[in-house]
Amino acid sequence: MKQLSVDNLLGIKYLKNEDIELIFETANHFKEVINRPIKKVPSLRDITIANLFFENSTRTKLSFELAEKRLSADIINFSASQSSVKKGETLIDTVNNILSMKVDIVVMRHPNVGAGVFLSKHVNAKIINAGDGAHEHPTQALLDSYSIKEKLGTVKGKKVVIIGDVLHSRVALSNIFALQLQGATVKICGPTTLIPKYISSLGVTVETNLKKALEWCDVANVLRVQHERMDIKYFPSIREYTQLFGINKEILDSVGKDIVIMHPGPINRGVEITSDVADSNQSIILNQVENGVAIRMAVIYLLAQQIKK
Amino acid sequence: MAKKTLLNAKDIHIILHRLACQLIENHDDFSNTVLIGLQPRGIFLANRLIQILRKDYNISSINLGHLDITFYRDDFRRRDAPLEASNTTIDFIVEDKKVVFIDDVLFSGRSIRAALTAIQSFGRPESIELLVLIDRRFSRHLPIQPDYKGTQVDVINSEKVKVSWKENGEKDAVYIISDN
Repeated sequence: MKQLSVDNLLGIKYLKNEDIELIFETANHFKEVINRPIKKVPSLRDITIANLFFENSTRTKLSFELAEKRLSADIINFSASQSSVKKGETLIDTVNNILSMKVDIVVMRHPNVGAGVFLSKHVNAKIINAGDGAHEHPTQALLDSYSIKEKLGTVKGKKVVIIGDVLHSRVALSNIFALQLQGATVKICGPTTLIPKYISSLGVTVETNLKKALEWCDVANVLRVQHERMDIKYFPSIREYTQLFGINKEILDSVGKDIVIMHPGPINRGVEITSDVADSNQSIILNQVENGVAIRMAVIYLLAQQIKK
Repeated sequence: MAKKTLLNAKDIHIILHRLACQLIENHDDFSNTVLIGLQPRGIFLANRLIQILRKDYNISSINLGHLDITFYRDDFRRRDAPLEASNTTIDFIVEDKKVVFIDDVLFSGRSIRAALTAIQSFGRPESIELLVLIDRRFSRHLPIQPDYKGTQVDVINSEKVKVSWKENGEKDAVYIISDN
């Protein structure tokens, strides 16, 4: 029977490869749906979803909202900046109050690592982690792998390099788990100050020379430099970072093969990636965004399926 | 488990040609008509009818699509087994066309109800007709009747009507299967 092996989507760490395959297969169907003249199906008419964003987000929030609306779910939105969290309410109280309004699924982004796991143990609703601190961002990793599969046919056996600010990135960790689960090889590239100390225990290799990393890989996933999370200086200047780790046309041309370029957004144009690369044919950045809606529809649909009448 | 043959390959051959002729009577050269096979089982019948119309009756320009109704069903979260979706391929305009739904067995009518909703996502057809190979009488939950039918059968609810096709590595046949 085709069902997810998990009750919540808290992280890629908890998934099996078969789960990822099922999500991709379902996403294929939804991708066809969102390209129809009327892009909506009635499946989740009797499901209510709460989007709880305790941290800023534009694209993930929009993407989740759109996915939920395309499935005909009722949705309520909540952002921490306008809420009683500021008045000192605890997470469980906030969520339980929202659940008393008969909510079936909670999509949550939270600045603290493990917030999703914590919540899943205390509340009676399906939890989808939309990013917890620098830990996991499972739907982003799923849409990244899905986009690689769409472009290259398969993820298995591909070499993927994740470039940049790995230390502050939840995208990196979820991507490492997802790619390895599907049989890809992962390398990390960036300034040593932005690479977590024990990253090699996850089975990834580290390369500090950008050119060598690009020569090795089939896909380069370029991360955003997260200035807002940097309380200390991790590199001398943005200019120096750009010179050593910025992706530009010259370095891509010098590699002599067509590497697929990805970026989870939002892009710091001219810092980690130049505009001509971000907008080139090699870049699948906008495909990632479109696929994000299909992937999130698939995840929500598959979890909603487990909620019995 | 008892298995009774309702139609054999020869019966099906005759019925398919009759259905094809009935379609031609009503739709002429199919210039304003599209055929939609309903996933998963209606597509075999739809493909077979298209072959006959093209080969035996020289109707070359005829559009065939496949429609999956999984996300429009009314029993989502009400069944023990999860629903599995199939592909939808409709590479033509449905707006203002005469649509003919094609399915193998008409039972409760709920799949057809879902299909009626699903097709609206692609536009507003001029009209919609229904063609089925087997019409299970007296089993409808909804006011839905076929416009073209291969044959009508009276079976009790616990019995299953199974259509097998040679494309699936079986013989062309229709069986009635009962538990005792």
